[in-house]
Amino acid sequence: MDNPTATDLPTVAVTGEPTRAPMIGPLLSVRNLSVSFSTDDGIVRAVDSASFDVMANETVGIVGESGSGKTVTSMAILGLLPKTAKITGEITFRGESLIDASERQLEQIRGKQIAMIFQDALAALNPVYSVGKQIAEAIRVHNPDVGKPAMRERCIELLDLVGIPNPTERVDQFPHEYSGGMRQRAMIAMSIANEPELLIADEPTTALDVTIQAQVLEVLERIQDRTNSAIMLITHDLGVVAGVADRVVVMYAGRQVEVGSVDQIFYEPRHAYTEGLLASLPRLDRRADKHSRLHRIVGQPPSLIFLPTGCAFHPRCPHAEVPGRCDSERPELVDVGPAHQSSCFFADRVAAAVKVDQS
Amino acid sequence: MTATAIEEPTLAGNAEPVALTQWQLFRRRFFKHKVAVVSVVILILFTIACFAAPLIAPFSNTDQDLLLGAVKPNATHWFGTDTLGRDQLTRLLYAGQISLKIGFAVALIATVFGTAVGAIAGYFGRSVEQALMRFTDLFLVVPALAILAIALKHFGRTDTVVILVLATLFWMYVARVVRGQVLSLKEKEFIEAARASGASRTRIIVRHVIPNIIGPIMVNATLAVAAAIITESTLSFLGLGIQPPDTSWGNMLSDAEGFTGTGQSYLLYAPGLAILLTVLCVNFIGDGLRDAFDPQSEKH
Repeated sequence: MDNPTATDLPTVAVTGEPTRAPMIGPLLSVRNLSVSFSTDDGIVRAVDSASFDVMANETVGIVGESGSGKTVTSMAILGLLPKTAKITGEITFRGESLIDASERQLEQIRGKQIAMIFQDALAALNPVYSVGKQIAEAIRVHNPDVGKPAMRERCIELLDLVGIPNPTERVDQFPHEYSGGMRQRAMIAMSIANEPELLIADEPTTALDVTIQAQVLEVLERIQDRTNSAIMLITHDLGVVAGVADRVVVMYAGRQVEVGSVDQIFYEPRHAYTEGLLASLPRLDRRADKHSRLHRIVGQPPSLIFLPTGCAFHPRCPHAEVPGRCDSERPELVDVGPAHQSSCFFADRVAAAVKVDQS
Repeated sequence: MTATAIEEPTLAGNAEPVALTQWQLFRRRFFKHKVAVVSVVILILFTIACFAAPLIAPFSNTDQDLLLGAVKPNATHWFGTDTLGRDQLTRLLYAGQISLKIGFAVALIATVFGTAVGAIAGYFGRSVEQALMRFTDLFLVVPALAILAIALKHFGRTDTVVILVLATLFWMYVARVVRGQVLSLKEKEFIEAARASGASRTRIIVRHVIPNIIGPIMVNATLAVAAAIITESTLSFLGLGIQPPDTSWGNMLSDAEGFTGTGQSYLLYAPGLAILLTVLCVNFIGDGLRDAFDPQSEKH
């Protein structure tokens, strides 16, 4: 493939990399990851014993509200957390530890094997470079020898791949001349420029309106089809997860509360928090006259410094037995079905409640 | 819509899309700043005239006519002559060589060094920043003129020494400005995005940080050109600057200083105007460059 067209796999044109070695086991494996920051007010446990795997070519959705540790988890994977963060646990990528890796080794991995898509594309694009130059820079970091014409070709090709109209002209424009949706696509083009095996998308659609959101997600899926990369999709939007993810990790207050396939999470939730999240989605088939309100989970998410004892969700949980196990004992993630785990003592009660609601 | 598309509308599939390179965009933005363009022309003419002095000066650098003495500007001596009968235009051109050289060399050295120190301090933070900024403070608290005097006495009053000494006295301002800019810039998400793309710290500083602060750097550099020319005048005035027979604009100004308010006050005008014009031009160019470096300046 010396002369690939825009529809070809864009990797070979520039990198000329050998095909990847087949993977055995998970691409990314996170075990008991805890991240804490000491602040003047106390220790913030941003992530508390998170464990999950991402298999090759799989899309894993990480769902949770603001401050539930989603972004910190992804930053920990890339080794981008500030030095003040205290990190324990294991993160392995293709069997090699990322926690123990040197800055130099991490630089080799970042952008090349694991790339990140940021939420606010305008802020994440350098305002002084044209979009093409920026993509070129992302490529050049890992492939310093690519010539100018080849580079330009490649940038145009990438922009075309993510659906930027008129890429030959757009390649020379600046981020501020792009619309919001196009910026996010340019961001995606940049992150896939080196054909990473794992794409971490941190709220890639949050800043976009629904129509553009759908387009961007569609671009992500198309890219995954073409490059076989795995995607870790971080979002607070269950609708986004339902559309693209294979598996879902639900996080609450820095802890994983439920892990399962998309169908399991949406149709058989086994944790009260997941149940609450699903119930709070507006639904067309539910009666809503002017007196009824959208369902909500009562209370506020807890402070990460003063977490509730036992299960962090118990103060807001409708099924909690307080005083009892819920406020005294910390629940572990346990199997509640095939490849389905929940950290709720009363997963069966949740199941029963969901059944009633669905019938 | 971009200005490109407004000025040269292209229909899809009709003509080749107009794509300007970054250099072309830069040039276009600079040429929009008319005063800056005029300043460039004036400064170039100035520089050419000064460095071509042996060819175009009406008299020789060493010519004096003691019998003629000081005469007002006239057809033979456009800017008049001083008490030694030296043609002022000739002196102005030769002095310009030294003044311009000092101005630009000092600005260049001080800016490059100051930017490096400021960027490293700002980006790396912690102990590196502490060490570098205290080092900068050290230079700021040292009495400049005393150091200058000692250095010039020690190393001789050649223009190279003057340039180096002035550069040592000017880089701190650039360093401080750059550090401040870098401090706010390094928290930006695109810097984090650059880290996430695997760029090393040096690469991030050179490729992502400095291009974003080129505006303030340019402005500071132009201020340094002006400050260097003027400080050199001060030095010459104190008898510490360039030594005769070499001369600088500052030298000429200090020579003429005694004639303020007398019949020979015209002697002040030529070097004074030369300094004023140069400094003005440099500042306007700095302004134009700042706009030209900012890709968003076309957004009206």
